[in-house]
Amino acid sequence: MTRKSSTQVVMRPDAWALYALILKSRLFEEATARLWHDGLISGELHLGTGEEGIIAGIVAHLREGDAMALDHRGSAALLMRGVDPRLILRELLGKPDGLCGGMGGHMHLFSREHLAASSGIVGAEGPSAAGFALSAQYLHPGSIAVALFGEGAMNQGMLLESMNLASAWKLPVVFICKDDGWAITTKSKNVTGGDLLERARGLGVPAIEADGRDVTAAWEACRVAVERARSGQGPSFLRLRCVHLEGHFLGFQLIRMLRDPLGEMPGIGIPLTGAFLRGGGASLRERLGGVRVVLGAVLATLADPRQGAGNDPVRRARRLLQANKARLQELERRVREEINQALESALEEVPA
Amino acid sequence: MRKLSFSQAIDDALAQAMSADPRIILFGEDTPLIRRNLLVRFGPKRVRGAPISESAFLGAGVAAAMSGLRPVVELYMADFLGVCVDALLNHAAKLETFSGGKWRAPLVVRTPCGGGYGDGGQHEQSLWGWLAHIPGLTVLVPSTPADAGGLMLAALEQDGPALFFEHKLLSETWLEFLGSGGRRSLQFDLPTAGVKGGVPEKWEPLPIGKALLHREGDDLTIVSVGVGVHRALEAAKRLGKEGISVGVLDLRTIAPLDKTALCEAAAKTRRLLVVDEDYEGFGLSGECCAVVAEAGIACRYGRVCTRGSIPYARQLEDEALPGVERILEAARKLTDANERGERRKGETQE
Repeated sequence: MTRKSSTQVVMRPDAWALYALILKSRLFEEATARLWHDGLISGELHLGTGEEGIIAGIVAHLREGDAMALDHRGSAALLMRGVDPRLILRELLGKPDGLCGGMGGHMHLFSREHLAASSGIVGAEGPSAAGFALSAQYLHPGSIAVALFGEGAMNQGMLLESMNLASAWKLPVVFICKDDGWAITTKSKNVTGGDLLERARGLGVPAIEADGRDVTAAWEACRVAVERARSGQGPSFLRLRCVHLEGHFLGFQLIRMLRDPLGEMPGIGIPLTGAFLRGGGASLRERLGGVRVVLGAVLATLADPRQGAGNDPVRRARRLLQANKARLQELERRVREEINQALESALEEVPA
Repeated sequence: MRKLSFSQAIDDALAQAMSADPRIILFGEDTPLIRRNLLVRFGPKRVRGAPISESAFLGAGVAAAMSGLRPVVELYMADFLGVCVDALLNHAAKLETFSGGKWRAPLVVRTPCGGGYGDGGQHEQSLWGWLAHIPGLTVLVPSTPADAGGLMLAALEQDGPALFFEHKLLSETWLEFLGSGGRRSLQFDLPTAGVKGGVPEKWEPLPIGKALLHREGDDLTIVSVGVGVHRALEAAKRLGKEGISVGVLDLRTIAPLDKTALCEAAAKTRRLLVVDEDYEGFGLSGECCAVVAEAGIACRYGRVCTRGSIPYARQLEDEALPGVERILEAARKLTDANERGERRKGETQE
């Protein structure tokens, strides 16, 4: 069997296929969020809701033999790449028949079959993608590796070192920075110097910026980078902006506070006021500086445009397809049914 | 006596030290948010947020400590030490030797550690043995609010690099942040005496390298740190009802290790069980055995530790971590008279 050469592939985005991918991911993650709230998924849960446009934009270009180095929110990429949703759900529920036997959990999802490896260590996707790409370059030229990470990871040495390594060795890597402006719970602009595109270019890695909330724009940017990597021209860096609709992870205290001020405020406000008034410590001016930082974080969280329609790649992609209502309804019915079936099947042995 | 939670006690001791010593500053990822109560009291110059650049800010912490500051560098999790251990291994720990004893780095690295809330094996490790293996580092693992505050103050007052481990099951702040996320649907096996407890009105530094005997016993001594101490106390109580008298020694400090207390306890009970949430091989449990053997104390020995990478699935995780049931089983084995008889018989037959 011969691989499709890049000239044979139709280089036009299939809006229907892309919408099916991101909708599937969204419905899947909404289901996992409910399981998490019910206490059936333990620990932290970082959703990819809001970044589906980016994930679909790259995954649609991948073929057999391509590798993915994923971060701590890897479910969406695995799902779109073709991993059985039931297997991921069983893994998140910690079941022995889950994707990783219940041993990995949501931050540590692996699929050998798909050459996909996740990590909960920020920035670790860089070295992994470089290594996958080295194997590709050596063993099966034409295959590529993708690294998916946030802009917070761009301050992690190992990621920048990997970009330089990929540049020096002309490795077929697509470095994809899913830029939502937040490094965990800190505004990235407060802890980042310079410009990320210039940073990549300074390492000899061509850099492209696009709106990751628009799946076709993300797809187009990825197309350029993937072609470059496949044809042996080396790595690219993509900065694709997005908004994480649920913030860094589920249950983040500041977001909870904004959604339920009366319930959450006393737990934060009372000790804070006590500390501000307590004797011993800085001058009033410095203390007010501290208050400003805290208020800044609250206001930034408040002002973060999480739920706006324009930030939601699913709603944006759907809008383009609305003209053909019958086809849209059929697609949505099919995707919904697939996820519902996976959920039902995954929950079979879980007590209500 | 006032009562504080584990993390409140640490922050309270830290605040007392910060009021007295302007050289103490804090930084780490999200520190302004997580230590917001210190931020509004001491200001943004002293409580700083760092980028996700552990190698840079921990390494900077070492040199800042070499040049007049007393930084408390906070890492999100002990697991992330993997990213930046060079700053400790090759720099902070070596400085005193390399400078001919003329230069030390008074740095405190504060980091949450440990499992029991289902976050997976890259976010629940203990790793104190790994750090204590490196000569030149002080390694502290408190188990109660009073010890946590007292050891934090001690760490701030000494002149070398110290690691301060804050177990996530003891810290309601971290457990809320990483484990529950505000969910009421979850249950954790919390060691209540470690989560909240009496603390002094004014903090005094605790001696570093001094173990605390929580409970006297005649038949067996269980040695542990952190959450393991509470698991051991629970086991000791239950073993007491079976007629087995068990002492519990809380090492509190791993490096330096209180060899005197360890040997005294081992010599008294002649049976030693080390409970360590860190990995079993090449760590604290083996070190305790070596110390006792080197002292020439004839002693039966056992250990209950974490054996492999920590599984994500809650039940498997509970089985992997040193819980009360595993401790009971090991303790019964060590104190079982029949088995000792069997063993002696086996030896004579050889």
